Amino acid sequence: MVAKKKLVMIGNGMAGMRAIEEILDANPDMFDITVFGAEQYPNYNRILLSPVLAGDMAVEDIILNEEQWYADNGITLHMGKRIKKIQRGYKKVIAEDGTEVSYDNLIIATGSNPFIIPIPGVDKEGIISFRDIDDCNAMIEAAKQYKKVAVIGGGLLGLEAAKGLINLGMDVTVIHDQSTLMNMQLDQTAGDMLRSSLEEQGMKFSLSTLTTAVLGKERVTGLLFADGTSLECDLLVMAVGIRPNKALAEESGLYCNRGIIVNDHMQTITDASVYAAGECAEHRGVTYGLVAPLFEQAKILAWQITGQGLKSYGGSAVSTKLKVSGVDVFSAGDFQGSPEADVIEYLDRSGGIYKKLVLEDNKIVGSVLFGDTADGPNFFHMLQEGRDISGQRSSLLFGNSVLGDSGHSGIDQASRMAPDTIVCGCNGVTKQTITDAIVKEGCTTRKEVTACTKASGSCGGCGGLVEQILASVLGTAFDASIQEEPICGCTDLTHEQVKDAIKGKHLTMVRETMNVLAWKGEGCHVCRPAINYYIGMYWPLDAEDDRYSRVVNEKMHANIQKDGTYSVIPRIHGGEAKADDLIRLGEVAKKYDIQTIKITGAQRIGLYGVKKEDLVSVWRDLDMPSGFAYGKALRTVKTCVGSEWCRFGTQNSTAMGIRLEKTFDRSWYPAKTKLAASGCPRNCAEATIKDLGVVGVEGGWEIYVGGNGGVKVRAGDLLCMVETDDEVVEITKAYLQHYRETGKHNERTAPWLERIGLEKVKQVVVEDAGNRKALVERMDLYLSTLTTDPWQDRLQDEKQPGEMVEFKEYTAIEIPVQVVNA
Amino acid sequence: MSSDMNPETGTKWHPVCQVEEIPQFGGRTVRAGQTEIAIFRLGDGRIRAVDNRCPHKQGPLAEGIVSGDTIICPMHARKISLESGEVLPPDSGCVKTYPAKVEGGQILLQL
Ligand code: SRM
Ligand SMILES: Cc1cc2nc3c(=O)[nH]c(=O)nc-3n(C[C@H](O)[C@H](O)[C@H](O)COP(=O)(O)OP(=O)(O)OC[C@H]3O[C@@H](n4cnc5c(N)ncnc54)[C@H](O)[C@@H]3O)c2cc1C
Ligand code: SF4
Ligand code: FES
Repeated sequence: MVAKKKLVMIGNGMAGMRAIEEILDANPDMFDITVFGAEQYPNYNRILLSPVLAGDMAVEDIILNEEQWYADNGITLHMGKRIKKIQRGYKKVIAEDGTEVSYDNLIIATGSNPFIIPIPGVDKEGIISFRDIDDCNAMIEAAKQYKKVAVIGGGLLGLEAAKGLINLGMDVTVIHDQSTLMNMQLDQTAGDMLRSSLEEQGMKFSLSTLTTAVLGKERVTGLLFADGTSLECDLLVMAVGIRPNKALAEESGLYCNRGIIVNDHMQTITDASVYAAGECAEHRGVTYGLVAPLFEQAKILAWQITGQGLKSYGGSAVSTKLKVSGVDVFSAGDFQGSPEADVIEYLDRSGGIYKKLVLEDNKIVGSVLFGDTADGPNFFHMLQEGRDISGQRSSLLFGNSVLGDSGHSGIDQASRMAPDTIVCGCNGVTKQTITDAIVKEGCTTRKEVTACTKASGSCGGCGGLVEQILASVLGTAFDASIQEEPICGCTDLTHEQVKDAIKGKHLTMVRETMNVLAWKGEGCHVCRPAINYYIGMYWPLDAEDDRYSRVVNEKMHANIQKDGTYSVIPRIHGGEAKADDLIRLGEVAKKYDIQTIKITGAQRIGLYGVKKEDLVSVWRDLDMPSGFAYGKALRTVKTCVGSEWCRFGTQNSTAMGIRLEKTFDRSWYPAKTKLAASGCPRNCAEATIKDLGVVGVEGGWEIYVGGNGGVKVRAGDLLCMVETDDEVVEITKAYLQHYRETGKHNERTAPWLERIGLEKVKQVVVEDAGNRKALVERMDLYLSTLTTDPWQDRLQDEKQPGEMVEFKEYTAIEIPVQVVNA
Repeated sequence: MSSDMNPETGTKWHPVCQVEEIPQFGGRTVRAGQTEIAIFRLGDGRIRAVDNRCPHKQGPLAEGIVSGDTIICPMHARKISLESGEVLPPDSGCVKTYPAKVEGGQILLQL
């Protein structure tokens, strides 16, 4: 067992702890983790401080990770201990009370400090900012004694504080130096509407007002403004903005600008062992102050630090969907728009609804919504996609039936959303993920969905939408198979129903299956190959492969090209070529006048432009096995040179790849199946975008599954780590057999894994040893039937006397006739 | 065994091969001078012949999947009627068909 690395986290806040959760998710055994937090509380949801201030929630309600959680995960938690020094030379941190802890990796997530405007008198008593639980408590205490409060700052924080203080019975005036409230998120119209709504709730405003001094002896008694006027108050809340908390990092020599500068993998650019994330980090010149981008950063950080390879953070496009003092607002992109901008607006002042889209070339470039924000995610989605909306101009703002808060406006809203629309902006959760949680994980309440997906777990603004999705999905999904589409137009049956019949009725022939299942007609290029695969999968010993239910490439054992010629791609196990094979490839290419010899994208050699009649002779002269480049079969097992040659190699990835390729040679799957083996996490064989890929690490292999480099790139998930080559083969057998049995024809492992769920696959393939053994046995039985090479079969066939030749299509029938009118 | 010339078209029946040389539910290429013909043996035993070039992008129809009396092009899966030579909706176009018959196990094409 390799000793664990030591990971220290400074800052027990929202970004930092999300990073820890992601790290535990990726690899729970990699680090010994120690967390320092300056606050006296475990990690809590800072966004919900406003309801705490307003008395709607208690501190216990907003705790995200209880102390027990830290203990359960083996994390040492130091609450109320502020780190005062980072000694990067010694790789250790020192807390104010003298506690010292050394680290291999350090993460800095110290958040921000409230900005205090530097005017005379700001050091007086009775001035509070709004950042943490202590600030909340201080305001609650003050409200018992004092009555008149001024809040400087008309942004989100100031208004939230003001609302809370009104609830506590105080007389509140908000002072803002701009003419529009929340001018970073709202235009003038929306800002005005927000203002009237808040005035109705008793809030007072002094806009376009610059504060120049705090009055009073020891304690604040009033404010002085630039225009000479003044305001009496006995409590002052400063909410004018935040500044990244970088001092500690800066003192330790980490390069900082506005914040701590990090690269695209969230590493500080000064020291690769030190990471930073959250509000304290500056990435590509940007610091963020909302949780959604910080959570994205946390994900990338975890990916990088657990050595899952390089995944980069490209910055975040931010949309804001907030509930400000009970009013919903949304904004994204260039919501102001220039005076000439093309704008679509809907305004109902008395109803309290305002919607605005700013367009450029008929594409949404910005949006503000006030009162009804349910369409916000849709608009943001269209904005990011750059969708042309010319056809929807007249309806876009009205699509949405009734008014409502955060989508409580009828089921329609949820069902119209595209699956990849982000529902929870804070946590980047799509509608699809939520639907999956409901359908596959069986979630039935909003709380369960939150536990499963994190949707609505931060600001809670999307709670209504989540409930709508629940309603719309649970309303119809009692029988999941009803929703599933039939295989194709030739039948009403789904893949699962056909599979069940093949298994249950022991069907071993394609035509028999279609008869028994009352097919309409003779089947097509979609259903017949599917049935042919399923019978072979269930009945490896007695299924009768139907060549005429295979598409051209599989029927011919070569890939058809656009001019009707074929390509020939032999196996070159693990990409390790033999001199004799290369010489023969060259000779064959010359002999048959083959136009193109290409190193393929999958690490082998392809001969292109082979005439149909020449295929069999080419195979004979090549004398190499088929590479199955044409089939829903094992394709290539890509390898890198690995420990035999490479200075970084930790495992013999070439040998591993060759072994895998030989083991699974000739096997068929629901869709083409690609494997790879890399010798170290640099991953030169791209193992993390393969259906299954192994990456060598010191002392073993990491096994990644469900990767895909094709149309829709998907990085593989870590299935497990194993120590020996034998274990790699065993897990691969079990995994591929599970895929063979549960995959739908034409479904590659990437969508398959998302459908089945990684956890389920882990359980079936890795954790349940008995089941794994059974899968391996079934795979071994299947592999034992794959004794002959298809190209050799054809060669043998050709040697039969005339009539006996089975596969005659490789030759044309010549007749000595000139066609009339040809 | 060729029959007499059809006076209207100038075509004649020509022997091609034995029925067994075409796999049931399968097709083969017949080359007659410069012309390539795809000949099929349908599930019910009928023999049908069309030009071996899909009107879409010249896909070799002989390699397609036979379904009833349609052939599904191996290149991009257009469906073509082997009776009329027409590409089935939603696509359109047509291929030339050739009359075919079987006499004593021998396939004949009218060319
Ligand atoms: C020959 C080759 C390109 C080359 O010139 O190098 C190739 C050629 C074709 N690819 Fe590929 N792919 C080739 C490597 C890849 C790779 C890279 C790899 O395997 O490492 C990928 C991305 C990796 C992946 O699959 O995840 C790739 C992703 C695709 C896809 C998208 C699959 C997906 O799941 O999204 C298709 C389309 C499909 O399968 O439906 C495709 C389909 C095809 C087809 C079969 C298209 C077709 O139907 O005609 C091409 C066959 C041409 C032929 O006659 O060989 N090819 N294709 C490469 C394979 C040769 C070999 O096996 O040695
Ligand atoms: C009232 C309020 C409402 C908000 N509403 C929203 C909203 O609706 N939507 C939204 O997206 N965002 C909202 N935010 C912003 C959001 O809460 C922050 O963006 C997020 O919490 C930042 O996370 P972080 O981990 O970077 O910093 P924090 O969560 O602030 O965590 C940093 C932690 O590090 C600790 N720390 C600092 N220095 C040290 C040290 N030297 N040693 C040990 N510990 C240290 C701090 O005490 C703090 O606990 C709101 C914020 C507030 C205050
Ligand atoms: S993956 Fe690692 S071991 Fe393999 S070639 Fe690349 S650097 Fe070398
Ligand atoms: S060539 Fe036949 S469908 Fe395209």
